[in-house]
Amino acid sequence: MTFTPISPSSATPAAPAAPGATSGLGQRPDAQGRFGAFGGKYVPETLMPALAELEAAFYQYRDEAAFQQELQGLLRDYVGRPSPLYFAERLTQHYARPDGTGAQIYLKREDLNHTGAHKINNALAQVLLAKRMGKQRIIAETGAGQHGVATATVCARFGLNCVIYMGVHDMERQSLNVFRMRLMGAEVRPVEAGTGTLKDATSEAIRDWVTNVETTHYILGSVAGPHPYPMMVRDFHAVIGQETRSQAQEKWNGLPDILLACVGGGSNAMGLFHEFVQDATVRMIGIEAGGEGVESEKHAATLTRGRVGVLHGAMSYLLQDQDGQVVEPHSISAGLDYPGVGPEHSFLKDAGRVEYYSITDQQALDAFQRLSRLEGIIPALETAHAIAYLETLCPQLQGDPRIVINCSGRGDKDVQTVAKFLDVAG
Amino acid sequence: MDALRDRGQCALIPFITAGDPDLATTAKALQILDRSGADLIELGVPYSDPLADGPIIQAAATRALQQGTRLETVLEMLKEVSPSLKAPIILFTYYNPILNRGAAAFFKDIAAAGAKGIVIPDLPLEEVAQIMPAAQAAGIEIILLVAPTTPAERIEAIATQSQGFIYLVSVTGVTGMRTEVESRVQELLTTLHGLSDQAIGVGFGISQPSQARQVREWGADAVIVGSAFVKRLAEGSPEQGLQAIENFCRSLKAAIVD
Repeated sequence: MTFTPISPSSATPAAPAAPGATSGLGQRPDAQGRFGAFGGKYVPETLMPALAELEAAFYQYRDEAAFQQELQGLLRDYVGRPSPLYFAERLTQHYARPDGTGAQIYLKREDLNHTGAHKINNALAQVLLAKRMGKQRIIAETGAGQHGVATATVCARFGLNCVIYMGVHDMERQSLNVFRMRLMGAEVRPVEAGTGTLKDATSEAIRDWVTNVETTHYILGSVAGPHPYPMMVRDFHAVIGQETRSQAQEKWNGLPDILLACVGGGSNAMGLFHEFVQDATVRMIGIEAGGEGVESEKHAATLTRGRVGVLHGAMSYLLQDQDGQVVEPHSISAGLDYPGVGPEHSFLKDAGRVEYYSITDQQALDAFQRLSRLEGIIPALETAHAIAYLETLCPQLQGDPRIVINCSGRGDKDVQTVAKFLDVAG
Repeated sequence: MDALRDRGQCALIPFITAGDPDLATTAKALQILDRSGADLIELGVPYSDPLADGPIIQAAATRALQQGTRLETVLEMLKEVSPSLKAPIILFTYYNPILNRGAAAFFKDIAAAGAKGIVIPDLPLEEVAQIMPAAQAAGIEIILLVAPTTPAERIEAIATQSQGFIYLVSVTGVTGMRTEVESRVQELLTTLHGLSDQAIGVGFGISQPSQARQVREWGADAVIVGSAFVKRLAEGSPEQGLQAIENFCRSLKAAIVD
């Protein structure tokens, strides 16, 4: 699809005054890769020239017609974009007031993309960049395996060597995705350090990149890491929000009232939010993994409970102890099981533009089943965190606002994990 | 460093991880290295996510943290032992623990414990300016790193800012033992000497006396050896480990003195 952005002024007229001001939310990041105080490049010197090269390539190709033509063609014919904006009728009814009024709930169906999640938007665009930079070897980290699968997929498509780092704990709970990656010819390297989850896999991917930087491109899978990754990954996922604007315009001739997305590193949320940051009437909510509860020590609610720190190349909120050692996080969802968060989320939190809350493992499991039974859509456990927040949100709302939830991935990969926790009656 | 260089000598800088196997052993190790030929000693503060380190130093840091080693206890140990050492102590630490404590307090505290300098592997030139004044106020020298991938104009900028010496990373890669030193280190040393008057220490991947000698012949003013010490110290009992690093330190020193 050729997407024509619609200017905010042509959207819903007479927008009410915004609770969240949008002044000071201009061009981000700055030339140093800073989102306010957050972001930057905290990496070994060996990588600094590679980051500069990547940034230059991104700026060069981002606006180049041939690159865009190739990318747009593949997003359409290979990924299957645009993804639908689906009205979730029975979910809406479930949350309706007794008189039938209430929030109108829509799902942005990123789960319908090829490979089953939003991750392919970024993996595809980065592999096109890598090809143009002459890199023949691709590495990536993965937690839930969705980014690993997306990367393995595009490497198969372009005939590139592919190595995926994955924590041993995640390999066990997302074994289906391990098989898919290997099927497509990727080498999956187990990472045993720490808790064997996304943080450890990311550290190992960075070590590989430090070692092989001259031949290798690192397809980082979230809006995290050193500049230019948070900006670049955001921009490659911005298509989610751009399509949403256009589809909302078509469907109800207006803007969404509320955007809702889960946040681990935060790529699907930034992909949806970015387009609307300047639209003051659009309320944005990010949902973190509360694990066994944010009062317990077993959670991954970085923005809710973290303090400012540096991890994997960026300054952002971070789960850390009193000595500045990074704390091992916990979530039932491998994709949210990360002690850091993308720096732009930290900025948007401190600026008061986006609200962040957390959802426990149990609430996510309940939502996982609820969406399955009400809509016939099995969401990823990550996505289920965003769905679960409807329980809290809907009773607080006035009128019938339109909510768009980023249905960031499908849950096939999670059925084994969920089966362990549930006794699904036949 | 400058005094050694003026005499045409190459300095030896061993690295060990604080708290592996325990801080009492670390204190003894510092004293042994000091009397076995170390000209400076790099002391690694264990960190949960050591991005620039290979498996040996990662594992040492993990063990040290599991032992309950904290920055606080490392500094207490250092305060006790540093007055008895001839060799200046340089700390090697990642940036987050500095940020967490606040740069001003951090540098003041490590200076009070007797540290003279610091290497921060995840704080490149662009980010170092924010902590430079605090380090200077405390009299701590910040040693910056140059990598094989660093372009010439950037080397110049780093050389201008680096204090004490310039740390030349000899490999594209993380710390660890390697069978050979990349021959391009020779070129890099020549380039660096052409661009700066500062002393140059070469580290990452140097694990044998023959490699240390090679690097010295190529023009290094100091040789930094880490994983090979950490590995030896961790093998067997603490006493065996201490004996092993003493022998190793002497053999390295013998290889680089005339």
